[in-house]
Amino acid sequence: MTLIATESLTKTYGGGVTALADLTVAVEPGIIGLVGANGAGKSTLIKILLGLLAPTSGRVQVLGLDPTTDSAGVRARVGYMPEHDALPPDLSAAELVTHLGRVSGLPRTVARERASEALRHVGLYEERYRPVGGYSTGMKQRVKLAQALVHDPDLLLLDEPTNGLDPAGRDAMLALVHRIGTEFGISVLVCSHLLGEVERICDTLVAIDGGRLLRADRIDAMTTATDVLAVEVSEGTEELAARLAALDLPVTRDGRLLLVPLADDATYDQILGAVAALDLPLHRLDQRRHRVAELFATREPSRA
Amino acid sequence: MPEPTGVIHDIGYQRYTGPRLGRRHVFGALYLHGLRTVFGLGRSAKAKIFPWLVVGIVTVVAAGLTAVRSQIGQVVMTYAQFADSMSWLVIFFVAVAAPELVSRDLRSGVLPLYFSRPLPRSDYPLAKLLALVTALWLLLGGPQLVMFLGAAFTTDAGMRGVWNELLDLLPGLLYAGLWAVVFASIGLLVASLTGKRAFAAGGIVAVFLMTTPVVGVLSIMPSQTINELALIASPSTLVQGVGLWALGDLLVEAGQNGFQIGGFGPVYAVAAVVLVTACVLLLLVRYRKVATR
Repeated sequence: MTLIATESLTKTYGGGVTALADLTVAVEPGIIGLVGANGAGKSTLIKILLGLLAPTSGRVQVLGLDPTTDSAGVRARVGYMPEHDALPPDLSAAELVTHLGRVSGLPRTVARERASEALRHVGLYEERYRPVGGYSTGMKQRVKLAQALVHDPDLLLLDEPTNGLDPAGRDAMLALVHRIGTEFGISVLVCSHLLGEVERICDTLVAIDGGRLLRADRIDAMTTATDVLAVEVSEGTEELAARLAALDLPVTRDGRLLLVPLADDATYDQILGAVAALDLPLHRLDQRRHRVAELFATREPSRA
Repeated sequence: MPEPTGVIHDIGYQRYTGPRLGRRHVFGALYLHGLRTVFGLGRSAKAKIFPWLVVGIVTVVAAGLTAVRSQIGQVVMTYAQFADSMSWLVIFFVAVAAPELVSRDLRSGVLPLYFSRPLPRSDYPLAKLLALVTALWLLLGGPQLVMFLGAAFTTDAGMRGVWNELLDLLPGLLYAGLWAVVFASIGLLVASLTGKRAFAAGGIVAVFLMTTPVVGVLSIMPSQTINELALIASPSTLVQGVGLWALGDLLVEAGQNGFQIGGFGPVYAVAAVVLVTACVLLLLVRYRKVATR
């Protein structure tokens, strides 16, 4: 089944601002990363998926339903975590999530049970009885995630879930999202302007820019071609480059770094062997994360 | 070594397959939540002070009136007059309760959490409005019930006296309902325009109090028609005008020199209906816009 499908989806706001332009994309269930710079149209797309905004033209389907005609049906099966602050400060997390569960149609006792379950899953225990106003940013993000989860949706729409979190908090949130997508059996659409973040957890990546689709593909199809090892030695970079070239490794130079395409694990051994043989001080050897630019630059010209 | 007796199992995430209730239940949940909010239930102790202070005042006044009546054997204040004389308290109650209901949600940005759920856009403001109407009606009707019980238990005319008393009470409760509907719809509309509770409260008090001088000016104009229509200019006197027409001597004793509405009673009733309808429609328009943000 297709999770989300759009066809020539266009949204133009009143002032002539085009937020989405002719967007056609179809994704399968799983964890989907939606990346794009600020203003690329991510939030607009989410609002259209929720049926809160009507598209100017084009068609859209979420979980096999059309949000423009059956928005209540879609919203009953979708959980949404907004980007901005969205919690009333004087309610406790338990009370808020219970209430929102009831607004999603859960019976009273079920709402209370599922609220404490959802809060437990996101890692809030005794704190949940305290007013949200005293929570840290990380805890607030968790409450926002719990309220999206309370009615057991089939799809979660997370708008910048790592916003405002420190590196440890980001990792924890991403791990949580990954767990929801894999263990809970709920599909997740994660919005972010940081590719490096979402690519770690998602199966499918959708990149948009200026309301247009840059690329949509399974992440494994994207990464294989672009994974490189970056080698940095304090001295003797030239010698090492020559040595590696002699080993039939296609080495390229990037400033102080040597870039070697990663074929398999043997590549590591070959490089380490070469460094050891030359007795060079190895500064670092790591698998380099491909960057947005690399990933999409190769594809861009062929589309034009 | 003894076997461990208690083992904590992480049963993991449980999918929910039970019933999902429809629109009526969701509306009810929102309505009850609103009603609890007005009286500060489920909130901090600070949020409870003002509502319960007002509830205390109106109850004490009602109890005092009942006590005086049973002692001197005369009706000090009819049920409708009681609602009238408590109107200034109702204004302040609305000024605190309405921003609590809607401005707080606007400010904290919680609305996207509501509107991303299967909740029709109009249900949110309507549930809040109904909650506020109910709260105001309870505020005015509850003490009337206290007065009724006091009168019913001290009546000399047996069951007939209780029945007569009940016939006096019912118009009083209806009149309280009119107060509640008019004040709630205006108050909620004003509060829904701003996320700042202090502004909202000030705005509500302003709407009710600033229009009163207009009534004063109109009622001394040298035209009897204008004088008789003067009460339309302010929401609280508008309600009194409708009361004068519908309840007559239950509100103003015969021969007492108060405001005169002449034969314009139906005009007042229509004006009240138009005012409430306009407020509700504007409220719905407002939330149509807010929901898509």
